[in-house]
Amino acid sequence: MSAVTVYVPRDSAALAVGADEVAAALQAECARRGLALNLVRNGSRGMFWLETLVEVATPQGRVAYGPVEADDVPALLDAGLLSGAAHALCHGVTEQIPYLAKQERLTFARMGITDPLSIADYEAHEGFAGLRAALSLQPEAIVQQVLDSGLRGRGGAAFPTGIKWKTVAAAQAAQKYVVCNADEGDSGTFSDRMTMEGDPFMLIEGMTIAALAVGATRGYVYIRSEYPDAIATMNEAVARATAAGYLGDDVLGSGRAFHLTIRKAAGAYVCGEETAMLESLEGKRGIVRAKPPLPAIEGLFGQPTVINNVISFASVPLILARGAAFYRDYGVGRSRGTLPMQLAGNIKHGGLVEKAFGVTLRELMFDFGGGSATGRPIKTAQVGGPLGTYLPESQWDLPLDYEAYAAVGAVVGHGGIVVHDDSADLSKLARYAMEFCAIESCGKCTPCRIGSTRGVEVIAKIMAPPSPKTNKPQQVQLLRDLCDTMVNGSLCAMGGMTPYPVLSALNHFPQDFGLATPDREAA
Amino acid sequence: MNPTPASVTQAVLARHIGEPGALLPILHEVQDALGHIPREVVPQIAEGLNLSRAEVHGVVTYYHHFRAEAPGRHVVQVCRAEACQAMGSDALMAHAEHALGCHTHGGHGSTSADGRYTLNPVYCLGLCASSPAVVVNDKLHARMTPAKFDKVIGALGADA
Repeated sequence: MSAVTVYVPRDSAALAVGADEVAAALQAECARRGLALNLVRNGSRGMFWLETLVEVATPQGRVAYGPVEADDVPALLDAGLLSGAAHALCHGVTEQIPYLAKQERLTFARMGITDPLSIADYEAHEGFAGLRAALSLQPEAIVQQVLDSGLRGRGGAAFPTGIKWKTVAAAQAAQKYVVCNADEGDSGTFSDRMTMEGDPFMLIEGMTIAALAVGATRGYVYIRSEYPDAIATMNEAVARATAAGYLGDDVLGSGRAFHLTIRKAAGAYVCGEETAMLESLEGKRGIVRAKPPLPAIEGLFGQPTVINNVISFASVPLILARGAAFYRDYGVGRSRGTLPMQLAGNIKHGGLVEKAFGVTLRELMFDFGGGSATGRPIKTAQVGGPLGTYLPESQWDLPLDYEAYAAVGAVVGHGGIVVHDDSADLSKLARYAMEFCAIESCGKCTPCRIGSTRGVEVIAKIMAPPSPKTNKPQQVQLLRDLCDTMVNGSLCAMGGMTPYPVLSALNHFPQDFGLATPDREAA
Repeated sequence: MNPTPASVTQAVLARHIGEPGALLPILHEVQDALGHIPREVVPQIAEGLNLSRAEVHGVVTYYHHFRAEAPGRHVVQVCRAEACQAMGSDALMAHAEHALGCHTHGGHGSTSADGRYTLNPVYCLGLCASSPAVVVNDKLHARMTPAKFDKVIGALGADA
């Protein structure tokens, strides 16, 4: 009997619920029974409520079982796991699970399907097709493809990627750099982590294309220290890509050099801000730089530097492989293409949902997410990380695109969606937003460094039981004034956007602050 | 002969000679080898990189990941960010503080009086769809509950 191929993910969200133990149990139990097993450690499909998701290759396609614990393995084998037989944990053919079938996976097309560190597997699934296409083009033509695709920065700022590249390409310098911002610190986001752990060659390919487009020969990936598995996988992927000739002095025999280095961050949220990240890469405290000069002109070590988020780079290979129009045809308005969104927090079916822009929060939270994990009514979701707003139900039907969200003062950010049920206290979450800013502020500008601490104090006063000494309306006004100063006076988004969650909580959920009437003076 | 902090640091510095912006990689390697970055190696690193002691000290103290003191024998991190809060991480942190004899304040952690545990808050482990999440001695655990937490801590066994 030939060996049956079984997939057990190596994504850290699977490891955190015992995937290694499941893999070990499968190997031990199959060996004991004399069953031939070909175990592949794939990336995650992004259906985290089903992790550990074990898949078995069958003539009908890959069949999914989950969530599997190590203790379940003997019973699953008894039931005929290796032939894809029925079982209480069986979900049928993986591709037909509605959560996956309803998605538009462009960037995440390979995610969970391939062995992340197999170059052969990557190539068999359209890998490096974009790089090969780029090598046949002049640098200006590569930039034009990215411009035409409508791709905008997926880190959160949504700046057109092609324009950034064009600026760096036009700059004259002996040394240029390509830097990937993989300091994915926003709570509720994990698409960068999944990419680095589950499809690392895609990021390497995207960065190499950027290097060809702008004339850079050196690159860095700055990865947060909270992601040790991503760091290890990226290091191994860079080594393998270099050995195979995709990186190094002579990329695929083109005579063009590109050397890539993985750098480990050290737990400072503000280093996700691009200039603070550059300082950190230079070996300094991660303090925000004043702009201008733009990093595209004077970036790393003072040289012209392309800085993009993991997902921005990861979107590029497909654009080059299939053409700008293919990507641009997805999406709405000025938000083109797809966004890998992340459903997190109090959600029944949390995970990665890649859809074209234009999907609504309600569809994401209910059609995909299945409502709250606790079964209680959903009260709100914070979209766009710790600096994003809390959206009340009246905003759940907005199309998720950069402009529609900006019109109501909300942000799409990096696509993280943190769901809260009706037990959430928005005054507490608002105070937390200020606390987090106080902990993570780099300290360079006063509105952020001092304003955040004053913000914690003012919100605490508003939350305190009423007493003759506290004048609540006055404190609320003080908080609004403070937020105004932070929004307009901070050097970067850390201080400048911390008021977003605070004010959205205050405006949409005044009852949580002990305020009777809705107060909608500011967005 | 056991390697001393000075000899470990010397070897790390030698590996990074000539590398641009090498301070963070150097500090990571020193901390990985020694468990922390002892004050005594700061002048040595400064000299090796032609920086002032203040610059190196400034970097060590700026980043949450670097520590100047040796941690407890087991390091426990509990995620405090929004997604984990939505799934009860506040209560889990309170449970952890009680169970380990540590208390946290703001972004700061602490070590238990017997030196067995260091408990640190952490702000996002990227396991936000499987909240709440914790790390115990570099091993990730998701969908954590107080009962599961006690089991994981119990499995650490007695100190050698």
